[in-house]
Amino acid sequence: MLIRHHDAEAPSSSEITPETAYLNRRQLLGAGLALSATSGLLLPRIGQAATMSYSPAAERNDVPAYLKQKIVTRRFAVDNPTREALTPFRDATTYNNFYEFGTGKDDPSERAGTLRINPWSVRIDGLCDKPGVYNLEDILKPHTLEDRIYRFRCVEAWSMVVPWLGIPLGDILKRFSPRSNAKYVHFATLVDAKQLPGQRTPTLNWPYRESLRLDEAMHPLTLMTVGLYGRSLPDQNGAPLRLIVPWKYGFKSIKSIVQITFSDKPITTTWMGMAPDEYGYYANVNPAVDHPRWSQARERRLPTSLFSPNWRPTLPFNGYGQVASLYKGLDLKRNF
Amino acid sequence: MTASVSTQRAKLRLVLEKMRPLVHVLAALPMLWYVWLTLTDQGRLGADPAKHLLHESGQWSLYILLAMLAVTPLRLITQQPILIQYRRPLGLWAAWYALLHLVLYATAYMALDIPRIIEDVINHPYVLVGLAAGLLFIPLALTSTRASQRRLGQRWAQLHKLVYLIGILALWHFTWLKKTGLEATWLYVAIFAGLMIFRIPAVRQRLAKRT
Repeated sequence: MLIRHHDAEAPSSSEITPETAYLNRRQLLGAGLALSATSGLLLPRIGQAATMSYSPAAERNDVPAYLKQKIVTRRFAVDNPTREALTPFRDATTYNNFYEFGTGKDDPSERAGTLRINPWSVRIDGLCDKPGVYNLEDILKPHTLEDRIYRFRCVEAWSMVVPWLGIPLGDILKRFSPRSNAKYVHFATLVDAKQLPGQRTPTLNWPYRESLRLDEAMHPLTLMTVGLYGRSLPDQNGAPLRLIVPWKYGFKSIKSIVQITFSDKPITTTWMGMAPDEYGYYANVNPAVDHPRWSQARERRLPTSLFSPNWRPTLPFNGYGQVASLYKGLDLKRNF
Repeated sequence: MTASVSTQRAKLRLVLEKMRPLVHVLAALPMLWYVWLTLTDQGRLGADPAKHLLHESGQWSLYILLAMLAVTPLRLITQQPILIQYRRPLGLWAAWYALLHLVLYATAYMALDIPRIIEDVINHPYVLVGLAAGLLFIPLALTSTRASQRRLGQRWAQLHKLVYLIGILALWHFTWLKKTGLEATWLYVAIFAGLMIFRIPAVRQRLAKRT
């Protein structure tokens, strides 16, 4: 008899890209070779199953070889669990909030090209047994990258559907052996006005800081992201390493990470510091709690056109209801 | 006053008189540019073209409004009364961009969803403030003719002081909708405040008496 252990924290298979919807590059090639050697009749059917759910975009010129290799051997998404149209690569990479490159939506893509992504190192510190400064290559080494197609909801009431590429954050964090008293994990973005020219003006209090409760960070939906659309991250999307927390407003998904700190206390994140009455620690997508200045009940799914504003209702936890158990007994109106 | 200064001033007056139609050309350029993009390459308006046009129309209304408010200070500084003729076209262009802004908001942005529009205006003060600024342009645009000016006499000047209120409301609206608030708009607020200094009677008189 098959006994299924129900894990309340595990995402339902319909919400993260299911195992069956992944195909390893080697399997893909192997299947192709085996088929070409045997029966041509089977080719179309298998060929269909192996079709990726998006067309990969052109890679950046300065991608390091190790990352390129990691991307080639990733687990492909052959299915789109959101069942919603993907936001085209061009829109996902030209409509960005990344104040380190300027406050306009097109500033980051227009000013991109200044980040030096290789070498890149991340300082891991705080309450863990293996602190240190690690190369990105070493951080990624033991893991297999995977495509994750997620909804992305900005606090400004627009949203996208993006095929990200990364590793469950929890898998990475465990390797640094967080201590039992570590309850939070904090992140910081690079500070270097030469690489991030928007930092020449104090638009925000640099460095940009974000933070998650450790159980949020360990949730299998939380993705440490190195790419999108089958390639490494462009500068404007937070190269080379960023967070994607799909049930939270986009500003939680910090970009160009250079520091990860385990702690027993939360911090005041950058946006909480800017406007504590408008941006909370949790920042879970919640249509029932409006931003003090605008509604969060609806969102504009990008791209829109002049004739279709593409408004759609915003879903609690951005449609990732399986995370609700993380917040049992918490008043989400007060802890916005 | 020496003769050379006086001829220079006369020359400048002539140039300013000749250049007046340029106001229309310059003020129409942003609109024509966006109409061109809309018709030829909407992709260049970004992933959310309606929002982009909404922002641009609102900002150009504000820029032109500030340019119009700069006319009086410039007139006082340069002692060129002819400059007063720049006020009407600039004011009308500011009103025109504000109208475009309101129309784009109701159509392309809100898709003419009337209940949603009402809800948005009522629940979100920054929208209400912006709407107030936009609507206040109407009486000013309607009474912008010389005939109205003659008919209303003293009251015309009083009525058109509303433009200062429009400026305040527009800046308030602009600042309120920015995620970082004044940090994003302080420059415009500072320019507006600077231009308002010239409305202080003592400052005006000092500049006017200077020869």
